[in-house]
Amino acid sequence: MNFVQQMRALWTLLERETLRFVRIWPQTIIPPMVTTALYFIIFGGLIGVRVGEVGGVPYMDFIAPGLVLMAVISNSYANVVASFFSAKFQRHIEELMVSPMSHLSLILGFMAGGMARGMAVGVAVALIAALFTDLSVHDWGLALLVMLLTSAVFSLAGMLNAIFAKTFDDISIVPTFVLTPLTYLGGVFFSIELLPQPWRDLSLFNPLLYMINAFRQAVIGVSDVPVGLALGLLFALFFVLLAACVYILRKGWGLRG
Amino acid sequence: MHALEINGLTKTYGSGTKALDGVDLTVAAGDFFALLGPNGAGKTTVISTLASLVTATAGEVRVFGHDLLRERAKVKGMVGLVPQEFNFNGFVPVQEIVRQQAGFYGVARREASERTAYLLEQLGLADKATAQARQLSGGMKRRLMIARALAHRPSLLVLDEPTAGVDVELRHGMWEFLTRLNREEGVTILLTTHYLEEAEALCRHVAIIQRGKIVVSAPMRELLEQLPEESFVLDLVEPIAHAPTIPGVRLSLLNPGVLELEVRRGQPLDQVFAALHAAGVRVMSLRNKSNRLEALFIKLTGHGVEDKA
Ligand SMILES: Nc1ncnc2c1ncn2[C@@H]1O[C@H](COP(=O)(O)OP(=O)(O)OP(=O)(O)O)[C@@H](O)[C@H]1O
Ligand SMILES: [Mg+2]
Repeated sequence: MNFVQQMRALWTLLERETLRFVRIWPQTIIPPMVTTALYFIIFGGLIGVRVGEVGGVPYMDFIAPGLVLMAVISNSYANVVASFFSAKFQRHIEELMVSPMSHLSLILGFMAGGMARGMAVGVAVALIAALFTDLSVHDWGLALLVMLLTSAVFSLAGMLNAIFAKTFDDISIVPTFVLTPLTYLGGVFFSIELLPQPWRDLSLFNPLLYMINAFRQAVIGVSDVPVGLALGLLFALFFVLLAACVYILRKGWGLRG
Repeated sequence: MHALEINGLTKTYGSGTKALDGVDLTVAAGDFFALLGPNGAGKTTVISTLASLVTATAGEVRVFGHDLLRERAKVKGMVGLVPQEFNFNGFVPVQEIVRQQAGFYGVARREASERTAYLLEQLGLADKATAQARQLSGGMKRRLMIARALAHRPSLLVLDEPTAGVDVELRHGMWEFLTRLNREEGVTILLTTHYLEEAEALCRHVAIIQRGKIVVSAPMRELLEQLPEESFVLDLVEPIAHAPTIPGVRLSLLNPGVLELEVRRGQPLDQVFAALHAAGVRVMSLRNKSNRLEALFIKLTGHGVEDKA
């Protein structure tokens, strides 16, 4: 297939992936909005007033960027892991496997679908945040870049999870036991300045800390880590995960008998 | 040029099952080809290999002269697959499934939509275009998979038991559609089926696979001519205790009122009836025991086809 045909195939897959989560919007778009609203009411409104300022800003403003990015992360991941695994499970992944679509187009198509949901939910959650805070975004370009890259990274991670998953349990293990703890420990609700040693230094090994702080820097201009380092990490993770996906599909692992 | 050339194809699954043991198969361009074989013989494995769903352990596959391993994308573009098992997302509307499949082959959006409308019309699914695929009946689902397989105008259409579970009327409609596709659009068709009368009615060439090996591959006519004997079932007017003995034919009593008769091809039946009459056996009616291909199949494979429908 030539480039134009590959692009058509990729676009078709993106369309299919987007329609999938849009069709089930009460399961995909609404719950994260409700959860975020609850976070704002409980942590921001009830507890936040007693906390006062963190990092020089009101607590509500401090947690807003992390909550948005948390929604981006979990929804990007959830979309691809669920969609790709059910495609395998119901065998309609075969529609893609028999087609001349390249492995790269296939991966980018699923990734773009994950990003579409990640960004859609991210924006929806940001709108909720706007109801509770009066934030003005510090650096729009950086905010968008961090959001997109984070979404891409976790979409690819979801894809890897789905490729190796054999049962429905396998697709919930990583989100429950890895992703959620790392997000909570990644400084959504606190600055690592508040952590005692050795927890503060250990936190530096948590990649989510960098993403959340880079995004917080973009929105409110406050970060625990250098933003350049965070961006470097995001780009590196993106390329490593993309290469891993291409390599694995080429080998046919978990797909071709 | 051959539409399909398979040489020494071997497949051992991860479980250790040797599904294919050196399959050699040639399908001429424009042919209507039946691949027959008992359950578990390896038909689906052959088809899945040439559709890139399964990786062969060894061997060579060429589609219209293009090597599968070296030019996989090219080969994929020429093959349309109707798999044995339903493999679409049941929650998606019928027309979307077909249109998106065209998209995955790089067909432009407008052309894909037009092609989809045409195929759904041709396959009698036009009024189901916006229904979710899971709401279709079994026969409709089969036809949906045929429409999907044709979305990108393949030159070689491969159908794995396309008529399993399809009622008689629909089956004949499908035969007509496939025959037209083969004659008018020149699409080469390879199908597997457990209905031997279907293969006999449709196909010009037959291959039989057994335990991962092709045991025969020949033009249908040639095969049927080779068949040395024909069997008939005779319903008798009155029951008899023993089958009479008549020189030159084999008679056996299936039950007291039913006699089985085996004759050599070309042997006139009137002599047999005269001899039966002389022996005091009166025949009420007569029918072919099985269709001819079935007899051949049983002879070659040593057992009948389990009809899974
Ligand atoms: N994915 C698989 N993993 C392991 N063994 C398999 C797999 N698919 C098929 N087999 C085995 O390979 C052999 C050939 O199977 P195949 O499905 O090709 O037969 P078939 O001729 O299509 O049979 P049927 O008429 O029942 O559809 C069988 O022994 C089967 O159990
Ligand atoms: Mg089969």
